[in-house]
Amino acid sequence: MTNQLTPETPDAELVRRAQAGGLDAFEMLTTRYEQRVYSLAMRMLRQEQDAEDVTQQTFLSALENLDGFRGEASFSTWLLRIASHAALKVIRKRKGLETVSLEEATEASEHSDSVPHPEFIADWRQSPEQLVQKREVQRLLDEALARLDEKHRLVFLLRDVEGLSIHETAEALDLSEANVKVRLLRARLQLREQLTQTLGDPATQLVRSHHHEH
Amino acid sequence: MKCEELLTMLNEYVDGTVDPAICDEFEKHLAGCNPCQVVVDNIRKTITLYKAGQPYAMPVQFRERMHDALRKKWKEKFPA
Repeated sequence: MTNQLTPETPDAELVRRAQAGGLDAFEMLTTRYEQRVYSLAMRMLRQEQDAEDVTQQTFLSALENLDGFRGEASFSTWLLRIASHAALKVIRKRKGLETVSLEEATEASEHSDSVPHPEFIADWRQSPEQLVQKREVQRLLDEALARLDEKHRLVFLLRDVEGLSIHETAEALDLSEANVKVRLLRARLQLREQLTQTLGDPATQLVRSHHHEH
Repeated sequence: MKCEELLTMLNEYVDGTVDPAICDEFEKHLAGCNPCQVVVDNIRKTITLYKAGQPYAMPVQFRERMHDALRKKWKEKFPA
């Protein structure tokens, strides 16, 4: 335990030290991931106070349940799992619902054959590199995300923004991998549709002839 | 391959995890279908844009409050 903690100390080592009672190790883990947890909460909830509550709950819960972390998943996936469920709880409360909307049993329509068809198909006027610099584009991204159903939004955020694998996303949300894939596809298609409505160049718009074969 | 079938395999194609045999079929369809090409390109750009997006900055005062709460809780868990 004489080794100094550095920003390069791996998560697993920090977790081991925290489990042995090292507050400095736990604080370093918190510092490492608090920004990601907060961003995820903000993107899910779009409200600072709720995002702060979820972030604090996430790390308090991680502290309390630290002994139960056995390293089957990575520490970051474990944290994002706690944060995801905390955020869903807030959404549920807002809606006054009692049941978790993530349950698979209620997903009768979640088959890939019911994936929505792309409607507006056009090249974008600018590259992502140019677009990402613009404030109004950030707002567009947030608004498009907010229009997604929360179960699609959460899958997209964990997989495509946080960079979890399909397997990790499924574990974090207690879903099957097949279910994660369908939700991810729907989320990606829906976001593509919305962004292209604004960013697409109408002069390049294409009409897809349905059911044709090549 | 039809456009509908291509749509169901978009994830795997974009993520580079599609079966090589199916990938050939996918690319054969793409080569002759301009709308599908544009959809694939749009999807790639959508993902890139979200990945590159700015994270929300955590308020400094909140960070301090949270770390105080964690330290307090820690002392209860590991009393000196």
